[in-house]
Amino acid sequence: MSDTMTPQRYGSNAGQPLTRRDGLAKVTGTATFAADNTPEGLLYAVYVPAAIARGRVVHLNVEAATAVAGVTHVMTPQNRPPLQGDPEAKPNGFSFIVDVLQNDGVRYAGQPIALVVGETLEAATEGARLLAPRYEVADSETTLAGQGGEAVEPGAFGRPGGAEHGDVPAGHAAAVSAIDVVYETPAQYHNAMETHAVVAAWDGDRLHLDLPSQALSLSCASYAYFFGIPADNVTIRCPYIGGGFGSKAFPTGPQVLAILAARTAGRPVKLMLTRAQMFGPVGHRGATRQRLRLGIDGGAALTVLDHEGTAATSRFDDFIEPAANASQGLYAAEALRSAHRAVRLDVGTPGPMRAPGEASGSAALECAMDEMALLAGLDPLKFRLRNYAEVEPGTGKPYSSKALRACYAEGAKRFGWADRPMEPGRMRDARGLLTGWGMGTALFGCPMFEAEATATLRADGSALVETSAIDMGQGAWTALAQIAADSLGLPMDRVEFRAGHSSLPNAGIAGGSGHTATAGGALHAAGRDAIRKLGEIAAADPDSPLHGSGNADFTARDGRLYVAGDDSRSEDFAAILSRAGAVDLTGAGSASRPAADAEAHAMNSHGAVFAEVKVDPDLCQVRVTRLVGAFAAGRIINPRLTESQLMGGMIWGISFALHEEAKHDPRSGRIMNADLAGYHVPVNADVRGLEVLTIHEDDPYVNALGIKGVGEIGVTGTVGAIANAIWHATGKRARRFPIRIEDLLD
Amino acid sequence: MSLSISLTLNGVVRDIVLDDPRVTLLDLLRERLALPGTKKGCDRGQCGACTVLLNGKRMNACLTLAATLDGATVTTIEGLADGDALHPVQTAFLENDGFQCGYCTPGQIMSAVGLIAEGRAGDDPERIREGMSGNICRCAAYHGITRAVQEATRRMAAAERGDAA
Amino acid sequence: MKRFDFVQPASVAEALQVWHPGAVWLGGGTNLLDLMKGGVMLPDTVIDINRLADLRGITTLDDGSLRIGALVSNAELADDTGFAHDFPMVAEALLSGASGQLRNAATVAGNLMQRTRCAYFQDTTAACNRREPGTGCDARGGVDSHTAVLGFGDACITTHPSDFCVPLAALDAVVEVQGPDGAREVALRDFHLLPGETPERETALQPGEIIVALRLPADAKGFAAHARYLKVRDRTSYAFATTSAAAALRVEGGVIAEARLSLGAIAAKPWRVTEAEALLVGHAPDAAPFDQAAARALDGAVPSNDNGWKIALARRTAIRALELAAAGTPERMPALPASPFADQNGDHAHV
Repeated sequence: MSDTMTPQRYGSNAGQPLTRRDGLAKVTGTATFAADNTPEGLLYAVYVPAAIARGRVVHLNVEAATAVAGVTHVMTPQNRPPLQGDPEAKPNGFSFIVDVLQNDGVRYAGQPIALVVGETLEAATEGARLLAPRYEVADSETTLAGQGGEAVEPGAFGRPGGAEHGDVPAGHAAAVSAIDVVYETPAQYHNAMETHAVVAAWDGDRLHLDLPSQALSLSCASYAYFFGIPADNVTIRCPYIGGGFGSKAFPTGPQVLAILAARTAGRPVKLMLTRAQMFGPVGHRGATRQRLRLGIDGGAALTVLDHEGTAATSRFDDFIEPAANASQGLYAAEALRSAHRAVRLDVGTPGPMRAPGEASGSAALECAMDEMALLAGLDPLKFRLRNYAEVEPGTGKPYSSKALRACYAEGAKRFGWADRPMEPGRMRDARGLLTGWGMGTALFGCPMFEAEATATLRADGSALVETSAIDMGQGAWTALAQIAADSLGLPMDRVEFRAGHSSLPNAGIAGGSGHTATAGGALHAAGRDAIRKLGEIAAADPDSPLHGSGNADFTARDGRLYVAGDDSRSEDFAAILSRAGAVDLTGAGSASRPAADAEAHAMNSHGAVFAEVKVDPDLCQVRVTRLVGAFAAGRIINPRLTESQLMGGMIWGISFALHEEAKHDPRSGRIMNADLAGYHVPVNADVRGLEVLTIHEDDPYVNALGIKGVGEIGVTGTVGAIANAIWHATGKRARRFPIRIEDLLD
Repeated sequence: MSLSISLTLNGVVRDIVLDDPRVTLLDLLRERLALPGTKKGCDRGQCGACTVLLNGKRMNACLTLAATLDGATVTTIEGLADGDALHPVQTAFLENDGFQCGYCTPGQIMSAVGLIAEGRAGDDPERIREGMSGNICRCAAYHGITRAVQEATRRMAAAERGDAA
Repeated sequence: MKRFDFVQPASVAEALQVWHPGAVWLGGGTNLLDLMKGGVMLPDTVIDINRLADLRGITTLDDGSLRIGALVSNAELADDTGFAHDFPMVAEALLSGASGQLRNAATVAGNLMQRTRCAYFQDTTAACNRREPGTGCDARGGVDSHTAVLGFGDACITTHPSDFCVPLAALDAVVEVQGPDGAREVALRDFHLLPGETPERETALQPGEIIVALRLPADAKGFAAHARYLKVRDRTSYAFATTSAAAALRVEGGVIAEARLSLGAIAAKPWRVTEAEALLVGHAPDAAPFDQAAARALDGAVPSNDNGWKIALARRTAIRALELAAAGTPERMPALPASPFADQNGDHAHV
């Protein structure tokens, strides 16, 4: 099987559409996910979720559970061994308060209230059922409806600030035409295909975990906190994650309990959440209600863009979906305001879910922009171009790069946008289905975190590169190896890449669409460091053709080191290292974005998404039939994987627009569709006519490699594009997501 | 009560003593036979991650009691390739990037093999989409999955005609 | 799952003999295992009937009717060329349900016996008269959308989830049953019970009885040229119906000679109103009689919870199904069976 589609050009692995390096393992079933591990002596743990949203557990039938053949242990608040770290506090700023049987209280449906351990999964499962909890029920509130909430005091993680630029009251006053609309988005649950899991084994005070984590180093520190051991004593093995989408970046209560059970039992314990259990203690995207007030002057320029988001969070911790911030940095309004309010509900704490804030905020904003365009009498694309921001609105900062105009132009051309009638309800296909076209602008920041890596040149001229990077499907195993190979001037097959293990140099967080830029930056720096050191050895070696090149620069291509600018002087890595005593030579590197760089420019990925929907005129069933997304996201390391990620994001946009919604019964507070039959995400038949264009961008400011990130931007823009297309097909403006058949029926 | 079953698993006859009639085929494979390639995504027939071939037909292993399988033939993702030679569906998934995280992939591939054998879809993408709709991919690699199944169908048909490229 | 005894009888007689209250029949298991895992069903004995050869096979009987063994899988039946030719809307309904995997496992009898998908029935901590008589009905005032607009009562507002049963009701299918007292037959239209005051009684099956076969009468083939199933749902595939309709016409000389119309997902059983069918007879197949028939079929519909929109949608679904049937059965099964988007790839209906 060929590893590449086109012949490799030496020194330019990046940019090649290589197939996934982990692909063989994934198509043969040998890729090992956490719960695939079954060590000797394994016990199985199953937890009981609370069936009420608020109150107290007053009885658990521990006798019945214990009587089940094979059940070894029942853990309840009464007998739960102590944890060294207080669960009502947080191990670090980037984590949430977890529920680990600290008392008999219940603060959301789905909260763990007991844990049953058994010799088999069947025994533990039946034991958990037989605990048959009884409750003292208190009144609960689980829906946003009618709640004003409290202003958010900006601060730590999960408490978004707002922003205000220009004179907002004046902007409202200056408007000759204005809209004031409210959009609602529901609670959504990540539902990675791999549910949260752990296989925990203790060896004295050393803890070994098979656990899916988007942040290995932080996870080690967090679990160490709960168990009172040094972070170095915790090892996490995580070669693959079956999807994360933000939910696997943090320690969770069920995982802590399983680890505790393993310590109590003195045997390894496996816990794997059921699908229903994914709707509770492992985060979600909080519901929002967003008010958008837009005004334009006589020339259709925005005088004001005023976006207020009210988001649900839990009673005991903060994650307030920063939806209103989606209106910052995109359109050139004279006055710009984003503000957030929080409503405390008896729900599990929300958390970041693919494009947190941007997804829900962009959904509302892009619909509101279409509503405003309609009032302005302008084509939606023309209206956006009329309000195109040449510099970051409010701050006036220049963009590090912004090929959004090209995204609009290329996307519109590919889609055929020019033929769109302005009026809704004008297009029908040959079968009489209403056809509508809509568009939306996509925007996502390009943050960097902190990462470290090493690159070791081996005596045979091959290399080993190491960082604790995480591949949750975005393609780290492949894209990061491409970057590393280039930094070393080696072809891919000469580079061994180790990742997905906490003992490796810290690659930081796989999140925020920043992993390739950050971990890739560290690998690049490590490779360059190794080459520099190799150059020093060669320059000092009288037997090397590079001898005496002094402080000249070196370049590396195809396993040979060259004096920069002088191809006549070169030597094989292996030859240099062989004379140096056949030693391994290790370079180290790190990456982060200097504060000054972050200050100097506004940095975003941009895009434009165009959607076609078909709506049955009588039955009102909707199908997205075409989606064209044009994205400018800096340097593309692997076009094949980038296309997949962007398409995945766009399909999340379909999901947001038409499908996803957790439905709480307001009486019990339980989510009544907590499974994949009731909580719909798109299936294959929902997806057709998908196209992705990437617009070339050279960005000298974002980072040394010019990488912006593509993991989340696909969701943004798409939701609004689909909703706008539904309006264009039907003339009906739904202001609540997901848009359902009943919302479109006359 | 223990039950003895004998089944042909990935071409090998396995005699299995079950100490518990509740064990599903999925948990038998994953927890008792060290074949974790088949994945658990919902355990309730709602996602397709556990798809295997049972007597040649694609089935959800999570809804199949192991005790019913005496005399059955089961093929899992681990038994699909012929040694180092990948099955054409595996190759097509790789080349068309028909996956991201890889978790639903064994189920997708086994489902595709089953679909192609059913002969229902041919290489019509719309029929493939419908035929593959019992396999949820949260990464949403559907575009690549459809292309992969289409391509594998064509290659297998060509191979059958004897004009494989 | 509660621990159970597992038995595999070798004959129907033996199966009937080992049955006792607390025992369940295991066919394809797609619904039973799901309910057992959820704690909704807690059998003490699982009787695996899959070894019973008598329950298999598709046979044409001397009178021209078709006899389908209880264990024939949904896929096997839908893929049977003769069956799909003679009863196209039944095949279309089968192929619009669940997924390829589930259709390979799920059986004809199991489809008839499948239980409601109401979230409050599935949730063992909720009140549900169907699951636990006398506890109440939390679905009333709840958030589940599988709610009825016809034939429901205070005790239960749920619907029957089957696609398959909707055209079966239209075609006067007959269920063959065996029990301790011998064999009997039940018309499919009488097989599922409306909840009334006893929602726990879901079918006409008596304790210890087993479905052995399903029969479609010979005259049902007379509709083959004009028979469609239409299923509205909120995802393009792998979703239960929001509303559905099976419509079949026998057209002679441009006039409807006989009509069948059955609606799904709006009541605890497939909803067939013969008076509505009668309104179609003698008319050319077009809008006015279709509107009248659909309106008549939904006569008496009232909302439960806030599902009043379902009444309008069901009426429109019925009209569209009649239009599709009038246009003629497609030569080939549509790419998306029973979908409003069925023919997007250019499959053409023949008239």
